[in-house]
Amino acid sequence: MRRTETILAIGGAALLVLLAFLAPWLRFVLTIALAKGIAVLGILLLLRAGQVSFGHALYLAFGAYVVAFLAPSSPEALILMPVAMLLSGALGLVVGLFVSRYREIFFGMLNLAISMVFYSLLEKLYHYTKGTDGIRVGVPRFLGMVLERDDFEWAMFATALLLALAIGFFVRLYLASPMGQALSAIKTRETRLEFMGLPARGVLLSAYVLSTLMGGLAGAIIALTTRHVTPLLGYWTVSGELVFIAILGGAGAALGPFLGAVTFELVRVYAAASFADAWQAILGLVLMGVILFFSRGLWGMVESLARKRA
Amino acid sequence: MYGWFEENGLLLGLALLDGLAYAALVFMVAVGLNLVFGVLRVLNVAHGSLYAIGAYTAASLGLFLSARGLPEWASLAVLVVAAALVGGILGPLIERLLLRRIYAQEPVLQLLVTFALFMILEDAQKLIWGTQPVQNDAAMRLLGNFDVPFAGDFIPFTAYQLFVLPGVAVATLVGLAWFLRRTLTGRVIVAVTTDREAATAMGIDASRIYLLTFTFGAVLAALGGALSSPTASLVPGVGAQTIVLSFAVVATAGLGQIEGAALTALMIGLSRSIAVYFMPEAEVLTPYLIMVAVLLIRPQGLFGAAETRRV
Repeated sequence: MRRTETILAIGGAALLVLLAFLAPWLRFVLTIALAKGIAVLGILLLLRAGQVSFGHALYLAFGAYVVAFLAPSSPEALILMPVAMLLSGALGLVVGLFVSRYREIFFGMLNLAISMVFYSLLEKLYHYTKGTDGIRVGVPRFLGMVLERDDFEWAMFATALLLALAIGFFVRLYLASPMGQALSAIKTRETRLEFMGLPARGVLLSAYVLSTLMGGLAGAIIALTTRHVTPLLGYWTVSGELVFIAILGGAGAALGPFLGAVTFELVRVYAAASFADAWQAILGLVLMGVILFFSRGLWGMVESLARKRA
Repeated sequence: MYGWFEENGLLLGLALLDGLAYAALVFMVAVGLNLVFGVLRVLNVAHGSLYAIGAYTAASLGLFLSARGLPEWASLAVLVVAAALVGGILGPLIERLLLRRIYAQEPVLQLLVTFALFMILEDAQKLIWGTQPVQNDAAMRLLGNFDVPFAGDFIPFTAYQLFVLPGVAVATLVGLAWFLRRTLTGRVIVAVTTDREAATAMGIDASRIYLLTFTFGAVLAALGGALSSPTASLVPGVGAQTIVLSFAVVATAGLGQIEGAALTALMIGLSRSIAVYFMPEAEVLTPYLIMVAVLLIRPQGLFGAAETRRV
C-alpha cells in the first residue's frame, strides 16, 4: 500500500499540474486546495491521537496576518512563508502547553475558544487589522524578482505543490516512527503509554506544535495567493472545514488530506457557481454521505479498490 | 468609587437587567445541549440551528397569524407553539433518520455529522427566510415597559425581558430538576447518562430514551430561539453564534450539570452585557475568556466531577 501511495502521490501531482495548464483559473483553486491540504495534515496528526481541534483556523489566520503585516517591509515570498510558519509554531507551543492537558470535548472546545478570541481581536482591533475589511497584501517578490501576475500564480502553485509533497512525505515518516506510534496510543490507551514511561502530554504537544507549523504555512500560502486577508479566515466554521476535509479525504494516510482538499474546493467552486444559495448545504450532504457510507473517506475507497486488484 | 457609581449607576443597572434576560436565553439553549450530550454522547453542532429555526418560525408564524386577525394577546402563545412545532418535528426526524445511524461511530465522526447537518440547516434557513432581517416584536410590545427601581432611580425596561425570559428560564430549571430527580422517566435518563451499559442491562430501552431526550433538547433550543425572536431582528448567522456560546457554557459548567449550567449562563450573560455597556470591544471575548480561565483552574469544568482515567 505504501508503494501505491507514493505512485498515486506522484501521479496526482502530475494530474494537478496538467489541470493547472489546461484550465488557468483552476490554478488558483488548486493552490488554495494544496494549502488547505497542508493544514489538514496537521489535523490528521491530532486525529491519530483521537483528538479533534475545532480551532485550527486560528493558525491559518495567524499565518495569513503575519504575511499581511510583514509584506510591506519584506515582500520576499520565500522569506514570508517560513517566518509565518515559525511564528505560528511559537504561538502553537504556547497554546499547546495549555490545551495538551485536555482531551476530547474539552480539547476541542478550548481550541475553539482560543481561536474565537483571536478572531474577535482581528475583528475589533480596527486600528491595526482594518477589522472585517481585511488587509490587502501588496505584490510580493519571488526569489527577489517582481513577477507578472500569471507567473507569480505559477510560482505559488509550484511552491505549494512541492511543499505539499515534502510535508506529506514527512508526515508519513512521522506516523511510522515511534513518536507517531505513541500518538495512536493516546487514542487507544493513554494510561498504558504512561506506564511505558512515555509522557502522553509531550507526545500530544509535539504533534500539536507540528500541526500549528503546518497551519501557519498554509495560511501564508493562502494570503500570498489570494493577496487579501480577512478575519473570516479564523472563524470557527473554517476550523470545521479543516476537520471536514480530513474526514472527507480519510485519516488513514498522508495522501488523504490532499484528496479531500482538492475534492472539497472543486465541489465548492462548482456548487457555488451552479447553486449559489445552497453550496454549503451541498457540502453538508457530501460530508454526511461520506461519513454514513464510507467512513474511511476517499482514501479508504482508493485503498479498497487497490486491495481488490491485488 | 462613589463618584463612578453616581455617574454610571443607571448604565450598570441596565447592563444587569440586559444580562439577566440574555442569560435566560443562553441557559435554555445550553441546558438542552448539555442534556443531549449527557445521554447520547453526541455533541450536537446543529443545536444552534434549531435555536435559529425556532426564532424564525416564531417570528413568521406570528406575522402570518396576526395578518389573519389573531388577537394580540395570543402572540406569547404563538412563541411556545412555534417552538413545540419546530422541536417536536425536527427533533425526532434528526434522531431517527440521522443520529441513530452513527451511535456506533467514533466521536469525531458523530461531531462531524452534526456539523454537516448544521451546514445544511444554515442554507435551508437562507432559502426559506432569505438574507433580509425578519422582525416581529408583537410579544414584547404587548407587555409594555416596566420601571425598575434602582439606586433611588427608575430604569424603564421591557416587561417581556424582565419577567417572561427569566421566568421561563427559572421554570425550565425547576421543572427539569424535578423531572430528572422525581419522575421515573427522568431517573431513567439520569441512569443512562451515568452508565449506559448498566442501564441497558437493567432492561431500560435506551433507544426510546435517546429519542425522548433529543426531542426534548430540540424543543428547548427552539424555545430559546422563539423567546429571543421578539427582542431582536433575525439575520443569518444567529445559529453559528449561539452554538459556540452554548459550547462555552457547557464546557465551563462541566458536563451533565443543570444547576451548574444555569449559574454559568448567568455568569457569562451578565459579564457579556456589562462588557457591552462598558467595554464594547470585549463583548465577543468575555464568554471565551471566562471559559479559558475556568478550565485553567478546574479542567473538568466548574461543577463537573473529575473522571477516572480508564486503564
